[in-house]
Amino acid sequence: MAQRRASSARVLTGSAPVFAALGDETRLQVVSRLCNEGPLSIVRLASNAGVSRQAVTKHLRVLEDAGLVRSSKEGRENVYTLQPRAFVEAKRWLDTISLEWDHTLERLRAFVED
Amino acid sequence: MSVPDKIQKEITLRAPLARVWSAITDSKQFGTWFGCALDGPFLPGKKANGTIQPTKVDAEVAKLQEPHAGTPFEIVVERIEPMSLFAFHWHPYALEPGMSYETEPMTLVTFELREVEPGTTHLKITESGFERVPLERRARAFTENEGGWTHQTHMIEKYVYGAASGQ
Repeated sequence: MAQRRASSARVLTGSAPVFAALGDETRLQVVSRLCNEGPLSIVRLASNAGVSRQAVTKHLRVLEDAGLVRSSKEGRENVYTLQPRAFVEAKRWLDTISLEWDHTLERLRAFVED
Repeated sequence: MSVPDKIQKEITLRAPLARVWSAITDSKQFGTWFGCALDGPFLPGKKANGTIQPTKVDAEVAKLQEPHAGTPFEIVVERIEPMSLFAFHWHPYALEPGMSYETEPMTLVTFELREVEPGTTHLKITESGFERVPLERRARAFTENEGGWTHQTHMIEKYVYGAASGQ
């Protein structure tokens, strides 16, 4: 158990908040485009977004820090790909806490209803 | 691909409003069913320090909480509106031994109570603010919990079975 904890802590070194990363309309737009159109370059992402390339680069960095996208070099360009795993993990974490609340409420029920 | 940032639960309890209110806001009673021991009363703006202690209302859950017994725990009371609202901040799922959560952001837990009819109380719980918790912590908390899944599934089965057979 302790060993597994140590190894999982080592693997998970990113620390940026996923929910905060998604709490911005431009970033949500970027995520939605990567979801619908597949991997895209900064130039392509900036073309229809109505924001500068610099702004898109900044938003992509936030998403990358949160583990939501990954960048790779294709020729001279950086291409960004969505990383669904981070979304799934964030969702699973909330599901776990949600289930924990179900149990907590059943304990409250047992306490007040008897 | 959106990620919800809050948890909301509603439950109707066959107990008078005053009974549910004291079960939630009297820190001794809270500790009894929740499974913790707190060092003082809940007062607006004040912190209550506690430790995880196995619950007294369910022997099986108590067994699951046993390994976490003694884990420090804190609740910072935000608001108390008699018979209707109780809100506090805490660190969600802060169970890892030896891990300090002090510097990490807290979530807000709100209990809203309403009398449906005398002897029946509706309770809504909302936990919000997850967007401030680091992803690393969330992923780790999930890993931590993997061992508990079998038990939790068992708990659900037991509950559903109990409800179906009219117990």
